[in-house]
Amino acid sequence: MNAQTPRIARFLVLAVLASAVAVGCSKKVKETPPTDTAPVDSGATTTPIADTPRPGAYSPADLDTDACLRNRVVYFDLDQDALKPEFQAAMACHAKYLRDRPSARLRLEGNADERGSREYNLGLGERRANAVSSALQASGGSGSQLTVVSYGEERPVCNESGESCWSQNRRVELVYSAK
Amino acid sequence: MAPNIRTLVTTVLLAAAPLAGAQQKGMLELDVIGGRAAALPIAVVPFGGDCGETDVGGVVRADLGRSGQFRALDVSQIVERPTRGSEVAYPAWRMLKQDFLLVGRCVAEGGGYRTEYELFDVAKQERLLGFALTAPAGSMRDVAHQISDAVYEKILGVPGAFWTRIAYVTSSGLGRGARYALMVADADGWNPRTVVNSTEPLMSPSWSPDGRRLAYVSFEGGNSAVWIQDIASGSREKLTSFRGINGAPSFSPDGGRLALTLSKGGNPDVYVMDLGSKQLTQVTNHFGIDTEPSWSPDGSRLYFTSDRGGRPQVYQVAASGGSATRVSFEGSYNASPSVSFDGKKIATAQGAGNVYRIALLDNSLGSPRWSMLSPGSLDESPSFAPNGAMVLYAAREGRRGVLYAVSADGRVRQRLVLAEGDVREPAWSPYRKR
Repeated sequence: MNAQTPRIARFLVLAVLASAVAVGCSKKVKETPPTDTAPVDSGATTTPIADTPRPGAYSPADLDTDACLRNRVVYFDLDQDALKPEFQAAMACHAKYLRDRPSARLRLEGNADERGSREYNLGLGERRANAVSSALQASGGSGSQLTVVSYGEERPVCNESGESCWSQNRRVELVYSAK
Repeated sequence: MAPNIRTLVTTVLLAAAPLAGAQQKGMLELDVIGGRAAALPIAVVPFGGDCGETDVGGVVRADLGRSGQFRALDVSQIVERPTRGSEVAYPAWRMLKQDFLLVGRCVAEGGGYRTEYELFDVAKQERLLGFALTAPAGSMRDVAHQISDAVYEKILGVPGAFWTRIAYVTSSGLGRGARYALMVADADGWNPRTVVNSTEPLMSPSWSPDGRRLAYVSFEGGNSAVWIQDIASGSREKLTSFRGINGAPSFSPDGGRLALTLSKGGNPDVYVMDLGSKQLTQVTNHFGIDTEPSWSPDGSRLYFTSDRGGRPQVYQVAASGGSATRVSFEGSYNASPSVSFDGKKIATAQGAGNVYRIALLDNSLGSPRWSMLSPGSLDESPSFAPNGAMVLYAAREGRRGVLYAVSADGRVRQRLVLAEGDVREPAWSPYRKR
C-alpha cells in the first residue's frame, strides 16, 4: 500500500479510470471488470469501485432509495408493445445504472393480460420485454447486461376479469439478477 | 351364466400407474343448451349384482348424455330394472319412448369384477350387443367408459371417445407465490393425478399419438423450455431450451416429429424437430408472432396462429416450410387451432372485442361454415376429442378457470369441476390402447 499517495488523488485516478472502463463497456460486447484494468498500484486493486463511488454514479443501495430506479415495472396498453413516454425517465436512469455498474445484470420479464391465446400472449410478452430492452440500449445500456424472458399471461399479479386488473398484468418487470 | 347369452369376454388392460396422492373425485354438471330433438333416447338401467363402489350404469348414462348424441332417460323414470335380456319386457320401454335399452350386471371375481352388458333395439326387439369385461376393482369406471364407447359405436357407427383421458394445467396463488401442476384425468374429469408439480409456470400439454407421453412447456429453469415426459414412469427429457420462447409443442400424427415455437431467431416462428435425429427445420419465417402449430391428420401441413396480417388469425403451411395461406376470415381474432381427426373441422378461440368464444370452422360440406360452440366471454384452448364429436375448452368463472366439454354441434355442454384452483389448457388424449 502506497501510504504517500494523497487519498483524494487516488480517488480521482480511480474514478477516471473506472468511468472510462464503464463507457468503454457500454460499447463493447464483452465487458471487463474495472478492477482488472485499474492498476494504480498492485495493492489498490483490492478496493472495489462500489466502496468509493465517483460523484453521481449509482450504487446498489440506490435501487431501493432512488425514486427513479425504484420504478421497475413498465406498463403497456392493450395489444401494444410500444413504450409509453411516461416510462422514458425510468429507462434513462436504469440505463445509467447499467453503465455505472457494468457487472449488473438485468432480467426483463414480459407479461400479458389473460385475454386471448396463452401461447400468443407469450409472444406478446416477449415483444414488450424486447421494447424495454431496446429503450434501455437506446439510452446507453449494454445489451450484454440484459436478458429477455416472457411469461405471457402465466404470472398475473391480479386475477380478476376487468381492465383495472388487466392493465396491471400488461407489464414488463425489471429484475436485477446481479446488482 | 345364462346359456342363451353369447358372451364374449374381454379383459380390461390398464396402463395402471399407481395414483399419486389421494384421489380426488370429479364433479359434473350437465348443461343442455339447445333442443335435443335429434338426440337418441336411451334407457340405461342401473346395473344389477355387485359392481363394488362404482355406479356403472350411472357412469354410462352420464357419458352418453354428455355426448349430445343421446338423451339418457333419467334414472327416476326407470321403474322396471332388468339386468339381463331374458328379463326385458319391450312394451314398457316402448311406452317410455325409448329407442335403445342397456342392461347389465356385475359379479365379484378374483380381486375384481366381471361386468356383463347387453344393448337392445327397442323397436326391433333385437339385441345389438352382448359382452362381458373383467377388471380389477379400481378400474370399474374404465369398464363403464368402455361400455359407453361400445354402445356409441354400435348405434352411431363412430368410435366413442369416453375411455380416453385429458391433460390440463392448474395453478394456485398469485405472482411469485404461485404453484403450477400438470394433471391427467379421465375424460369425464374423474381420477385426476399429478404428472408435474412446479413453482414456475407449466403450459401447453400435447399428447403423443400413443397416449404414453406428454410434451409441455416448463419455466423451471428460469425461462421456457420444451420437455417430453413419459406419463407412467415419470422419466423425462428436455428437448429445447433456446434463448427466448420455447413453446407450443405438438406431436405429429406419426409421433416422429414435434412442431413447436422458438424465438431464438429474434421473434416467434414455427419449427419442426425430428425426434429421432433432433434436427430442427424452420417452417415459418416472418417478423410477426407465429405460434401454436397443429398438424393436419396426414402430417403434411401445419395450422398455426399468426399476427402477420395485424391481428392473430389461423394460417396453414406445409410442414416442410414454404408460403403460408390464411384460413380464418371471420372474427377479428382467431387463435389456438385444434383440428378434428378427419381434418374437416377446425376449432379456434375466436375474439371480438372483449369476448372470446370457441368457434368451429366446418369444411365438411365444401364451403367453409362457422358456428359458435361456447358463450364466452373468456373461452380458450379448444381441443377435439379423438372422434371429433366433442370439444374440450377452458372458460373463466370469476377468478378461476374451469373446463367444459361441448358437443361438436354445440347443443350440449358440460362443466368439469376438476379441482381447486385455476384450471386451464385442456388437451384431449388419443384413443387408449386396450
